[in-house]
Amino acid sequence: MSTFLGMPGPPASPDSDLTGTRPFPAAARDALGNSRLRRNLSNATGIIRGKRANVVGEVADWEELREAGAAIKASALARLPALLEQLEEQVTARGGVVHWARDADEANRIVVDLARAKDATEVVKVKSMATQEIALNEALEAAGITPIETDLAELIVQLAHDKPSHILVPAIHRGRAEIREIFLKRMPGLDPDLLTDEPAQLAAAARAYLREAFLRAKVAVSGANFGVAETGTLTVVESEGNGRMCLTLPETLITVMGIEKVLPTWRDLEVFLQLLPRSSTGERMNPYTSTWTGITPGDGPQEFHLVLLDNGRTRVLADPDGRSALHCIRCSACLNVCPVYERTGGHAYGSVYPGPIGAILSPQLTGMTGDSPNDSLPYASSLCGACEEVCPVKIPIPAQLVRLRAEHTEAHADSHRIPSPEAASMRAAAWIMKDAKRFARAGRSARLSRRGMRRGRPAIPLPPPLSGWVASRDVPDLPDETFREWWARTRGDRS
Amino acid sequence: MSARDEVLRRVRDALGPDAVAPEAPRTYATTGSLTAAERVDLLVDRLVDYRAAVVDARDGGVAAALRSVLPQGQVLHAPGLPQDWLPGGTEPDDGTPGPRELDTIAGVVTGSVTAIALTGTIVLDGSPLCGRRSLSLVPDLHVCIVRTQDIVETVPEGLARLEPTRPLTLISGPSATSDIELNRVEGVHGPRTLIVVLV
Ligand code: SF4
Repeated sequence: MSTFLGMPGPPASPDSDLTGTRPFPAAARDALGNSRLRRNLSNATGIIRGKRANVVGEVADWEELREAGAAIKASALARLPALLEQLEEQVTARGGVVHWARDADEANRIVVDLARAKDATEVVKVKSMATQEIALNEALEAAGITPIETDLAELIVQLAHDKPSHILVPAIHRGRAEIREIFLKRMPGLDPDLLTDEPAQLAAAARAYLREAFLRAKVAVSGANFGVAETGTLTVVESEGNGRMCLTLPETLITVMGIEKVLPTWRDLEVFLQLLPRSSTGERMNPYTSTWTGITPGDGPQEFHLVLLDNGRTRVLADPDGRSALHCIRCSACLNVCPVYERTGGHAYGSVYPGPIGAILSPQLTGMTGDSPNDSLPYASSLCGACEEVCPVKIPIPAQLVRLRAEHTEAHADSHRIPSPEAASMRAAAWIMKDAKRFARAGRSARLSRRGMRRGRPAIPLPPPLSGWVASRDVPDLPDETFREWWARTRGDRS
Repeated sequence: MSARDEVLRRVRDALGPDAVAPEAPRTYATTGSLTAAERVDLLVDRLVDYRAAVVDARDGGVAAALRSVLPQGQVLHAPGLPQDWLPGGTEPDDGTPGPRELDTIAGVVTGSVTAIALTGTIVLDGSPLCGRRSLSLVPDLHVCIVRTQDIVETVPEGLARLEPTRPLTLISGPSATSDIELNRVEGVHGPRTLIVVLV
């Protein structure tokens, strides 16, 4: 079992958008069958990986920045009670109102009540993982308030009644032709003869559509990338300017922020404003960063509410080995390098947090119950380690995956009386490898199996569990001789 | 128990009695090494890289430089701009135009408080020199004046110069999206044209 030193808080509320309907392998299988999705994903993640590598490569002190980022986050979590109180005090002193939410339901209720008090029939929204996690849009709709997503990708997802599939580029699974279709169907006044699928034209259509919404909006809802306890300053990092619109034009601003987003000091931002844009969009700096502290008379919203959200975070916090999952700054670098994510896309993870970070964060927020689809997430990885290498705050994702697997196996050992195929094949491999002659023989017979292969696929369907392995992979070509044979031939028989 | 008290209690319980807060190592670079002239060059390089137009008015002709770039139609300027920079014909923002009126304005001229060369970032802080936030957001053309003495090299140097409690906007390029097949498209919601005048 994991070592909870402290007392864990309760898991996230079940209404949160943190759990899919099916375990990862089942959902992934569907995604793998969708070749257009795989093409869009591998193209997009490839581009973004390259951009990130370029701009990270030009920073001589990148490792020092990562060290500092990880330590600041760890330190902030260790001092969280005091920092949250300080943040509250500073925001309040500057005219803001701070609310606390134990879980998703409570946070949604607070936001709905605030919007109602303003007689708002709609709110404009800045892209925010926290509000997706608590399924705020559904709660607003149920209350008769229309949420308008203003980030282009979120808008695409919302108009298509779809789910985001990536933290940074939620519509990464959609191609331009699909996006054009969605716009034509849902945006009034577009002429199908004039609108092409040029990205510039599609973006212009969204600009026109949203401008009117910004100008009439009375209430905006945002998340926050960082909240500085020392000064009460909130930060939103973005590219399109929709964030600036939402944070500036409406009279009332409501910000929902997870309690783990607190930074101790203003100075700490100097680290994260270097780490985040380079890791995330692969830019030296994102086009727009906004910071605000309470309210400023004559400038921007004259009413500001900050909702501080737990929703399972204190559950994660209680485990000293799992805690670092709360360091995440949602840059999405780990998604873009993950070979599993690249093939399955975000939907297969079932949670608003996909990819490697989702595989460790979602099950810790909700708990692994033995029959939750999230129980399968720690297995959604090949443990290649690429995620940890790119993570700007050095979260040991592979180690956490292994730990969660162990925790899951131990907690639910009863359901594993019959040895799993994985355990059985590992035991067989151990038996072969223990004996040099056996191992040499196994290598030679593997070569024979080449005859059974056609273009990386078995000529005859394989029985389970091998069928599962080849369903999503091509079998590599085997060489003509084994390593041992090559060694014996070129170095004499000295084995 | 109030939600506030309960969340705080949960946090304390989760951390247990002896959570240690490590000291953050600040061994990363905080100050740069470029000369003032090199900083200007680097900033210009970055600005041009993200396709902002740069007008050099370092020889003193600020008003003339502005005149050469301002459009026909109504132009507002931040109320605190020095009089001798103004080309005539622009009106000071008195804080009354709402979003809809600002949406009909052809362009706006503001100052800035600091610029970070390494990342091509220009910072506005809502002071009279920079104007309120909506002024530099809603109109489609933003002419931004950067004083060379305000240019620093690194992000830490830039942030250290700012007053955190002011409403800050860090601008590093025109509004852009890469949401459609990762193709970069400029001019989504902010001003589609950014012209930087160096003085
Ligand atoms: S876990 Fe690390 S790499 Fe992944 S999104 Fe979070 S901060 Fe980025």
